[in-house]
Amino acid sequence: MGQAIGVLFDGIAYGSLLFLVSLGLSVTMGLMNFVNLAHGAFAMAGGFTCVLAMTRLGIPFLATLPLAFIVTAAIGAVLERFLYRRLYNAGELDQVLFSIGLTFMSIATATYFFGSSQQPMHLPDFLRGQFHFLGGDFGVYRAFLIETVIVLTAVLGFLLTHTRFGSQVRASVDDATAARGLGIDVDRVFSVAFALGSGLAGLGGGLGIEVLGLDSTFPLKYMVYFLLVVVVGGVGTIKGPIAAALLLGVLDVAGKYYVPQVGAFVIYAAMIVLLMLFPAGLFGKRR
Amino acid sequence: MKPGSRAVEIVFWLLPLAAFFLLPGYLVLGSQILIVSLFAMSLDLLLGYAGIVSLGHAAFFGLGAYTAGLLAAHGWGEPLTGLVAAAASAAIFGFVVSFLVVRGEDLARLMVTLGVGLLMFEAANRAAFITGGVDGLSGVTMWKLFGVFPFDLSGRTAFLYAYAVLLAAFLLLRRVVNSPFGLSLRGVRENRRRMAAIGSPVNRRLVAIFTLGAGVAGIAGALLAQTTQFVGLDTLGFERSADLLIMLVLGGTGRLYGAVVGTLVFMVAQDYLSGINPVYWQFWLGMLLVLFVFFARGGILGAAEALWKRR
Repeated sequence: MGQAIGVLFDGIAYGSLLFLVSLGLSVTMGLMNFVNLAHGAFAMAGGFTCVLAMTRLGIPFLATLPLAFIVTAAIGAVLERFLYRRLYNAGELDQVLFSIGLTFMSIATATYFFGSSQQPMHLPDFLRGQFHFLGGDFGVYRAFLIETVIVLTAVLGFLLTHTRFGSQVRASVDDATAARGLGIDVDRVFSVAFALGSGLAGLGGGLGIEVLGLDSTFPLKYMVYFLLVVVVGGVGTIKGPIAAALLLGVLDVAGKYYVPQVGAFVIYAAMIVLLMLFPAGLFGKRR
Repeated sequence: MKPGSRAVEIVFWLLPLAAFFLLPGYLVLGSQILIVSLFAMSLDLLLGYAGIVSLGHAAFFGLGAYTAGLLAAHGWGEPLTGLVAAAASAAIFGFVVSFLVVRGEDLARLMVTLGVGLLMFEAANRAAFITGGVDGLSGVTMWKLFGVFPFDLSGRTAFLYAYAVLLAAFLLLRRVVNSPFGLSLRGVRENRRRMAAIGSPVNRRLVAIFTLGAGVAGIAGALLAQTTQFVGLDTLGFERSADLLIMLVLGGTGRLYGAVVGTLVFMVAQDYLSGINPVYWQFWLGMLLVLFVFFARGGILGAAEALWKRR
């Protein structure tokens, strides 16, 4: 029993991380219909920012996280302005090719500067170890992860539902043409949302070093997971991606724990089944 | 068909034979190029004619490779029947998968092909007792082709074998894409709804072409297994699917020849550049893709055609 709870807990921690990284992708795919296979590269950039800040500059781990957010958001903003924007109305194939190209470049760049080995990660003492609760042992860091994501989600939820910017984003996702007609600067909304999403991915990448690992193949390794959260979760809500990410996280951890010989098979099979059952996402709102 | 293009075509198909005699040191690379060209051609059926973007086409290539490889490793090393078996298994699997692919919209379709590719990779990886897992399938021993020509280290048989299969497949596929069936596929690519409105059974067409594309990919995979007498997990990998997409787009989609030209340029560049440094190769490949998307959408042949028309 304690074991099952432990697996569930780890799955939720993993899922919340997936959610954090994928949220930006949900905006990209939902708002602009852009199939962005390079989203994982932003998470990787965040991860490497954290590692560099820790090892080269000696900044403590928690303080590197805002840095990861800012750096990746800036990278995202620049790429959006000069490259992504030009392809919003292009076909799906162009977007796929472009983002694969970007992914390859990011992998090669990371390999060039950091080599292809796993990056070392040293958590501060107070985030290490385990605590005992209700008859199960839980990792302190994973609990921290879940809490962080809950707080961030609350903030984002507030941002989306109670601010002017949030209304503009939701309006643009629902119907970009009508939103334009109402005088919303959809392009600008999207630029900001893209930067924000990239930043969140970077933050997730930094937070995730301990759980997902970090090496130069990161963008390809987790590409499917991020895409999956968005496709299964549906676009335009926070609720959908949360549910999808938690579901995937728990499924993946449980699969690896209980049937290790099957491995990642579980997640890919689940993906195809979910796509068949919910072609418009769990809380389907697909145009 | 334009006058004079027949002569160009004949010259084009004589080039590999010229290479066979003039560049005996490059026969192994040459057969790889021929095989991957066939693979790229199979993707062109889906992408260039039916407009299906697939990120998991390697699933069928790998399935064909493992089918032929396993047959040969377990005592049936006859090449041609191996090809047929590989084509059949890949086509059957393609037929099954096609229903999943046809069902969804663009994005879901992309994800399904990606998922199927990854699923096959994991399956082969986990079923190491059959496939050899990460070590690859070894012990593939081929019989002599027609009982006469051995697959030896010089690669002469392999090259001519791959060439003959590619040419035969090309002639067949050209018939297919120029038939009314091929025309209806192009119609689906351009406007799916309108094709449905004028009474074309869109989904049946897509199922048919997906099955055919999968079968041809299976043949290409089998050729690779038979000529190298080895099957590695990378035959199923995502990077193979992605590279393939790149080669095809590089050459130009929807013209069959683009598959061959793109593969040739890609693989020669890869051979040369990754010999210098594999990391550089990946970087420049990525850069090339981005540039291509922005500046040269028709690929090499598309650009050539534009130049030709401008004269």
